[in-house]
Amino acid sequence: MLIVVFLISEALPVLRHVGLLRFFTDPSWHPAEGLYNLTPMLWGTLFATTGSVLIATPLGILSAVFCHYYAPPVLARPYRHLIELLAGIPSVVYGLWGLVVLVPLIAEVQPPGPSLLAGILILTIMILPTIALMADASFTNVPQQYLRGAAALGLTRWAIIRGVVFPASKSGLFTGVILETGRAIGETMAILMVCGNVVQTPSSVFDPIRTLTANIALEMAYALGDHRAALFASGVVLMAMIVALVVSAEWISRERLYGSDSEQTTESP
Amino acid sequence: MAQTLSRPQNLREWFAVALVWGAAALVTAVFCWLLGDIVWHGLSHISWTFLTAPPENAGRRGGIGPILVSTCLILGVCLTVSLPIGIGTAVLLAEFTSDHSLFGRITRRSLDVLAGVPSIVFGLFGNAFFCKTLGLGFSILSGGLTLACMVLPILIRSTEEGFRAVPTSYRLSTAALGLSRTTTIVHILLPAAVPGLLVGLVLGVGRAIAETAALIFTSGYVDRMPESLLDSGRALSIHIFDLSMNVSGGDANAYASALVLVILLLAINGTASWLATYGLQRKAVTV
Repeated sequence: MLIVVFLISEALPVLRHVGLLRFFTDPSWHPAEGLYNLTPMLWGTLFATTGSVLIATPLGILSAVFCHYYAPPVLARPYRHLIELLAGIPSVVYGLWGLVVLVPLIAEVQPPGPSLLAGILILTIMILPTIALMADASFTNVPQQYLRGAAALGLTRWAIIRGVVFPASKSGLFTGVILETGRAIGETMAILMVCGNVVQTPSSVFDPIRTLTANIALEMAYALGDHRAALFASGVVLMAMIVALVVSAEWISRERLYGSDSEQTTESP
Repeated sequence: MAQTLSRPQNLREWFAVALVWGAAALVTAVFCWLLGDIVWHGLSHISWTFLTAPPENAGRRGGIGPILVSTCLILGVCLTVSLPIGIGTAVLLAEFTSDHSLFGRITRRSLDVLAGVPSIVFGLFGNAFFCKTLGLGFSILSGGLTLACMVLPILIRSTEEGFRAVPTSYRLSTAALGLSRTTTIVHILLPAAVPGLLVGLVLGVGRAIAETAALIFTSGYVDRMPESLLDSGRALSIHIFDLSMNVSGGDANAYASALVLVILLLAINGTASWLATYGLQRKAVTV
């Protein structure tokens, strides 16, 4: 609570001086000259987040499927441990790896190396464990008799997974996607290290970008007055995004819960 | 006929198998690449002197002694503040409020939101509140306090789980013996909830050690040996960030510090999972 109050109170002066609209209509982000356009950074955050979520979701769900239905037990246990380890590695280490290994690789294909693509790839690796673990947990909750029933009908393994397991674990998968989106939006360090931090709306995946979080981290050190308040305002924007995500997650899971309940009652006769 | 009908089915099945194994192999490969890279570059630099010596030449040479000390101090501040508050709130949520009361719902909702807030926003808040409003400046104290705010949601959630896992019969028997509520909590429930508490503690420490963004504007950059809690101190993760971004030629030491950090975290996570299984077993025996 205190945190929200403080963020807003620190952001208020700029909202009063500058007004909400100018965050979106100013020609560029030049705080020293009183120009505060957040849109390029907003786009940066949005592109990086959507890109990584789009790649990480199928990969993460497939890894959970692998763990549960395809892998022999000898492989499934180490694989799950590996995912858990991956979830525990701090973001600076991912950033370091991205900076030293990934960025030069991308620079060989299409200079300059630090780019939206690098950010998306690093974020993908970072959020993959979240969705994989969530999917894994929700697959565990699929009732055994569904699987046995489907198998007794002579369905193939993939048909069972697509037709029975996915619908039954839908709400868990949705929650996983929302959690990983939150993590991707909030990630600062790794993105800051690999994305190049040029304030611009990217036109291709090889363009360097700067995200909202990176912007705060970069400029907070020397920001004063309205500039500082503008950074707090971007903090408020981030916070609002997360609150929206959490609320929608709760809403979706409640909706799905009732949905699956009614399904069960219609199925049982 | 059956043969021709089942062929596309088979093909799709093969495709699915290939896809699933491919995804798993890809993830494993990336993981091995990442970890192998860090171990390969980092291992040759780690020695006892690296762990104890002060950094020289902006960190290009020398070790990480003072940085380890500041990291530990920041963690210490974070834990001394967050532990009592966390346990208190968890007791309040689990024992004194019902699931459906307005207060409990609001607190729980705000904890959920708090757990999802980006760390950089915590950094902003810490900078505004601890550094400026309370006048602590860039110091280990304000860094630790900011981390405490970050760790609290995890700590409260898992401690609460621990309290809820204590069987109701314990509470009923103590009430039948005429013990007061405080005595029950201190002597019966708290010891029984220790496994949950420990898991939360270890997870929280893991999150705090890995944190960078929240610390940059709260605990500062200075890499000297800290003299008091009000000194600025550089945490391990910030050291890695600084070496790889701002210091050219610092990659080797950055790798070595990253390896130290990863090893620390792996040890912490290992303890967490060991505690979780061990705690569950012990509870299964006592019930």
